[in-house]
Amino acid sequence: MMNLTLKIWRQKDANSKGQMVDYKVTEISGHMSFLEMMDVLNEQLINTGEEPVAFDHDCREGICGMCSMYINGEAHGPDRGVTTCQLHMRMFKDGDTITIEPFRASAFPVIKDLVVDRESFERIQHAGGFVSVNTSGNTQDANAIPISKIAADEAMDAAACIGCGACVATCKNSSAMLFVGAKVSQYALLPQGQVEAKERVLSMVAQMDKEGFGNCTNTGACEVECPKGISLENIARMNREYIKASV
Amino acid sequence: MSGLLSSSIARKFAMALSALFLVFFLLMHVSINLLSVFSEDAFNTASHFMGTNPLIQFVMQPVLMLGVLFHFILGFILEIRNRKAQVVKYAQNNGAANSTWMSRNMIYSGLVILLFLAVHFVDFWFPEMNYKYIQGNPEDPTRYYHELVEHFQNPIKVGIYVLAFIFLALHLLHGFQSAFQSMGANNRKYTPGIKKFTMGYAIVVPAVFILIVLFHFLNH
Repeated sequence: MMNLTLKIWRQKDANSKGQMVDYKVTEISGHMSFLEMMDVLNEQLINTGEEPVAFDHDCREGICGMCSMYINGEAHGPDRGVTTCQLHMRMFKDGDTITIEPFRASAFPVIKDLVVDRESFERIQHAGGFVSVNTSGNTQDANAIPISKIAADEAMDAAACIGCGACVATCKNSSAMLFVGAKVSQYALLPQGQVEAKERVLSMVAQMDKEGFGNCTNTGACEVECPKGISLENIARMNREYIKASV
Repeated sequence: MSGLLSSSIARKFAMALSALFLVFFLLMHVSINLLSVFSEDAFNTASHFMGTNPLIQFVMQPVLMLGVLFHFILGFILEIRNRKAQVVKYAQNNGAANSTWMSRNMIYSGLVILLFLAVHFVDFWFPEMNYKYIQGNPEDPTRYYHELVEHFQNPIKVGIYVLAFIFLALHLLHGFQSAFQSMGANNRKYTPGIKKFTMGYAIVVPAVFILIVLFHFLNH
């Protein structure tokens, strides 16, 4: 069982000025997930009549991409290949002080406490992250189109992106290129994505720039912190696709 | 920004292209400098050729200047834009957990190189332009070696050059391999080799520059 000090960013709403506030939590089990530890804190705050800490969460099994949080200076905390809900408290020691902040990026404004608005990602998806297929009943069986195992695997790896925004939060430039690279790649690698490949990459990159994300400088931090292991190769592929579509 | 550099990917590509051009220039520069260690005559001949050939003087030299200016100006523009992309900073940010110091501090290593270029221009380029084009002195093909050696007799000057080359190495360690990624060259087959080659280059080229400076400082 652990006793911890938490330094948490509290911000009333989008327009208020926030600040770090210290809290103590006791009797935390190493088997708890980080979000369960946050639940313990919030129970404690509700019992004492204080406002609980707002944070995003949904599936709590690492697939929805909702839980965010910048924990001890890293997106989703110190573990690798996990979202915050999959981060176990055994990663911390009794007596630790844990700093918890919202994802920081101009394109991810804070709504309240640790909750940020990631709709900029949605708008990038709307700009071209789809295939316009005819689903009226005469759609061709996908298995009838030959696709190499390598391309299928790489497309699947790119499609594993859950759009959580850890890449942006981690990047010193708040660049969204790992996210957009993954979304462009998952289609660019498959024959179904070829028809709209050119428009897709141009539109998605234009939207990404419009949202105010920074420029990628290839630090590679995004790849390390990505809970789904999205590779930098996807950014290089997007660069190629973009250049191909531009000339 | 508008036109050709209107998108983040186009800017990235342009930064990489100008970087590769400057990387190539460094190889040429270090090769000529290295001659000075082995043969005074060979160094004088090469320098005389570089200093008097009209193609190099009036085409390549302005292109190089533009390349340097372009790389620095775009670098500053990117830095300003990137800072705007994250106005509120983290109270705690553990950058070392996921990226190299070099990759996170390109603007600072770049700034040191820019300051060094100012020193380097005052040392060599301005006097050279003055000698040739303002005073209009007759060309002396044997002057270059002595001019070089003279500059590296002051230990402070030698220290400044050595320090600048260390920062050049730090800049290249990230920058050279990063240029390939920016231009879309990243795959499982070639990238490990590219990384090894660029790291070797980033260490060897500045190290040779340092050795040349130290050689002339200690030998004369």
